[in-house]
Amino acid sequence: MGLPAKNKGAILSKIATNNQHGENSEYFDGWKAYDKDPFHISRNPHGIIQMGLAENQLCLDLIKDWVKENPEASICTLEGVHQFSDIANFQDYHGLKKFRQAIAHFMGKARGGRVTFDPERVVMSGGATGANETIMFCLADPGDVFLIPSPYYAAFDRDLRWRTGVEIIPVPCPSSNNFKLTVEAVDWAYKKAQESNKKIKGLILTNPSNPLGTMLDKDTLTNLVRFVTRKNIHLVVDEIYAATVFAGGDFVSVAEVVNDVDISEVNVDLIHIVYSLSKDMGLPGFRVGIVYSYNDSVVSCARKMSSFGLVSSQTQLMLASMLSDDRFVDNFLMESSKRLGIRHKVFTTGLKKADISCLTSNAGLFAWMDLRHLLRDRNSFESEIELWHIIIDKVKLNVSPGSSFRCTEPGWFRVCFANMDDDTLHVALGRIQDFVSKNNNKIVEQISENDQVIQNNNAKKQNWRQSNLRLSFRRLYEDGLASPGIMSPHSPLLRA
Amino acid sequence: MVLLSRKATCNSHGQDSSYFLGWEEYEKNPYDVIKNPQGIIQMGLAENQLCFDLLESWLAQNTDVACFKRDGQSIFRELALFQDYHGLSSFKNALADFMSENRGNRVSFDSNNLVLTAGATSANETLMFCLADPGDAFLLPTPYYPGFDRDLKWRTGVEIVPIQCSSTNGFCITKLALEEAYEQAKKLNLNVKGILITNPSNPLGTTTTQTELNILFDFITKNKNIHLVSDEIYSGTTFNSSEFVSVMEILKNNQLENTDVLNRVHVVYSLSKDLGLPGFRVGAIYSNDKDVISAATKMSSFGLVSSQTQYLLSSLLSDKKFTKNYLPENQKRLKNRQRKLVLGLEAIGIKCLKSNAGLFCWVDMRPLLSSKTFEAEMDLWKKIVYEVKLNISPGSSCHCEEPGWFRVCFANMSEETLKLALKRLKKFVDDGNSKRSCQKSESQKLKGSRKKTMSNVSNWVFRLSLHDREAEER
Repeated sequence: MGLPAKNKGAILSKIATNNQHGENSEYFDGWKAYDKDPFHISRNPHGIIQMGLAENQLCLDLIKDWVKENPEASICTLEGVHQFSDIANFQDYHGLKKFRQAIAHFMGKARGGRVTFDPERVVMSGGATGANETIMFCLADPGDVFLIPSPYYAAFDRDLRWRTGVEIIPVPCPSSNNFKLTVEAVDWAYKKAQESNKKIKGLILTNPSNPLGTMLDKDTLTNLVRFVTRKNIHLVVDEIYAATVFAGGDFVSVAEVVNDVDISEVNVDLIHIVYSLSKDMGLPGFRVGIVYSYNDSVVSCARKMSSFGLVSSQTQLMLASMLSDDRFVDNFLMESSKRLGIRHKVFTTGLKKADISCLTSNAGLFAWMDLRHLLRDRNSFESEIELWHIIIDKVKLNVSPGSSFRCTEPGWFRVCFANMDDDTLHVALGRIQDFVSKNNNKIVEQISENDQVIQNNNAKKQNWRQSNLRLSFRRLYEDGLASPGIMSPHSPLLRA
Repeated sequence: MVLLSRKATCNSHGQDSSYFLGWEEYEKNPYDVIKNPQGIIQMGLAENQLCFDLLESWLAQNTDVACFKRDGQSIFRELALFQDYHGLSSFKNALADFMSENRGNRVSFDSNNLVLTAGATSANETLMFCLADPGDAFLLPTPYYPGFDRDLKWRTGVEIVPIQCSSTNGFCITKLALEEAYEQAKKLNLNVKGILITNPSNPLGTTTTQTELNILFDFITKNKNIHLVSDEIYSGTTFNSSEFVSVMEILKNNQLENTDVLNRVHVVYSLSKDLGLPGFRVGAIYSNDKDVISAATKMSSFGLVSSQTQYLLSSLLSDKKFTKNYLPENQKRLKNRQRKLVLGLEAIGIKCLKSNAGLFCWVDMRPLLSSKTFEAEMDLWKKIVYEVKLNISPGSSCHCEEPGWFRVCFANMSEETLKLALKRLKKFVDDGNSKRSCQKSESQKLKGSRKKTMSNVSNWVFRLSLHDREAEER
């Protein structure tokens, strides 16, 4: 009948056998190395310190205390077991009403009470991972395009594209403008995509940004809302880091913009928020993802799809209680912000001592580190990967290279600082400082040797200095640091 | 209006079907023994509420679990952070053992071949994503669980082609029906990737027979690109363990473990029915194919099981004293409850398919139809929902090929409620009888006869002349 022959010989699906999940990428070398030799302050003090994992471990004590003091929020305690059968039986995809109310309430508080959320629009999903995939299934068909500012969270390649067939096209944001997203850049990417006859369904961005830790200012966000309205495309904002703001940072949620902007300038049917408790509260294990949309049809569709990733009713019950406890929430948000701020300051100050600067940021669980001056070749991603392998194998830190976030300029690295205790952070900083100072000495020796043969020319000296810096790294590189190539038996899980 | 995806605007989620509409009616007017004794009794929900007392008493005796403690040490932090898609190994080991116990330890499950998912809903969808491309087909024996239309087809683009089963042989799968389904798929230019069965069956409540399993295995042995997925979510609801034969047992017994068939047989499981814990969203895929396990594990990221739930259940299922007691007690209670429904229906003159498992009966209401049509089935269903105030599931929502069959659940209510439901149904049938006899005597009066007639309901089809009430718009 003229239809193409199906893939008759294949036993499994295309999705199962392609590499679109992204987990075979070389970026997992760092994870694999860490898995083989994980740092432990007493048991393995020379192991690799995990700084590639964007987890928030700073305030779990507060949550643990609350759980202890509120036994009725658990179905397993004597005080709470009377709720067991109702909760164990509850699989309604609307979710427990008090859970939705508590989430909406918490989302408002996490945004400083500047905006309120409607519990009827709160839809559950399997973590933000599930939420992002679900929203793509609702908004786009296979082959449709979503624009996304780069650098972006590496796992979006899987979450947004793998099973949905949606394509993502990056909107590059240059370091010359501090990686800021501008409407002009989005417009440029939009036009380019249109020229190649692609069907653009929307723009998706993470705000606060992963991996940058920066936030969009209100004007830009407002103009983006106006832009998508004019173009009649969707805007999805992943606000998973909303409450990780510290030290003078001013987070503006797209919900605020929807509230404040003139009704004629925004089509709310285009605006959708993804949220989760994995970062703000440090509870990735509980799998609480939320799709929040201003579009009734999307709420309805996402709710049906939530059957594929509902939040465990046991978890819903506990969080419904916890997040309705205003005293707890107010204290938690304040304390979390404070601890993150301190941790960020300690870390970035420590890096400065090693002459390493980071992009100025006021949110997130990581810093965006500038190591361009340490690259053998500032224009080569190969150099970035070489440097990265040196950091893993010599400095013994697992950090994430900018190319894994599709950064268009080599030399930037994301380093997480909230997934360890103070002592470990101290050790990590010590290692960085040691390493940089040791290698600076090597450079000095090298230069004084070479000075005998170098013309007394500033430019040439400059070149030599740079090339000797590169040489010292090259020497390290050649000292048997060929790409580890060690494969751990398990494919590591893809974490933020 | 802004364009959403085709998936968002089509009806493939299947939730406009009568199966779900009955639920909606129930939601509007739910029965409560005190607060709403005239409300609709929910008999369309395959839940197992018979053994909560056993679970609650276990919890009362194991408070360490409640406090997130293991050997006296708090593991709260560990659980809060645990998002590894390989799952908590203590939980997977306990689950694998539990699955083996459910099969009388006639086979054993390796936890390395187990992938945890957010309920069987997610497990089934994930398997489709792994085994089939959009436009490929899976063959399913009818009648089947209405949710499959959403779970297997909606976001995956996979098609379902029915293997038509009929009441003439107790709805068993025949070789002919299977081959016809396969031919039908070919006619539609669909590439068949597999067969999916539910064993024990929903909605039939019967275990798949050895004959049927032989037919299926012969077929996939011959057709080397075809998978067999066995959703064994009701395995622990078989009244007598020895009557349930898992596909895993066939692999072992027929010595297929060293053949390519091994890699094409997959099991789906869940704790929603056996343990009555649908709220906890615990599903699993079991496969001997490393590539399927690998792909499914990555996909489970979209629906992992909450770590606190994994932890609770790993403690529960590792307690062998508990599971050894729970399994037979659960079976006993289910068997007793099923008998009550079957006998109660018999007393009204209504027959059921002979069943040995499940949380429901497949009830033969063909004699109550005004005509052998699905329209008549819908008429009857609406009367039962709106007037008898029982939400039961019409066979057409399960894609049954013959009108007049209904799935009636019995394990999601108390015994008193079941008695009340039977009472209501009896009244409805008796009223129908006397209406019929009134009509007959009316017409006989016209003919000059004064004889009264009483007949057994199952012997004739009577016309119901009540108002036809339309289901309200959603």
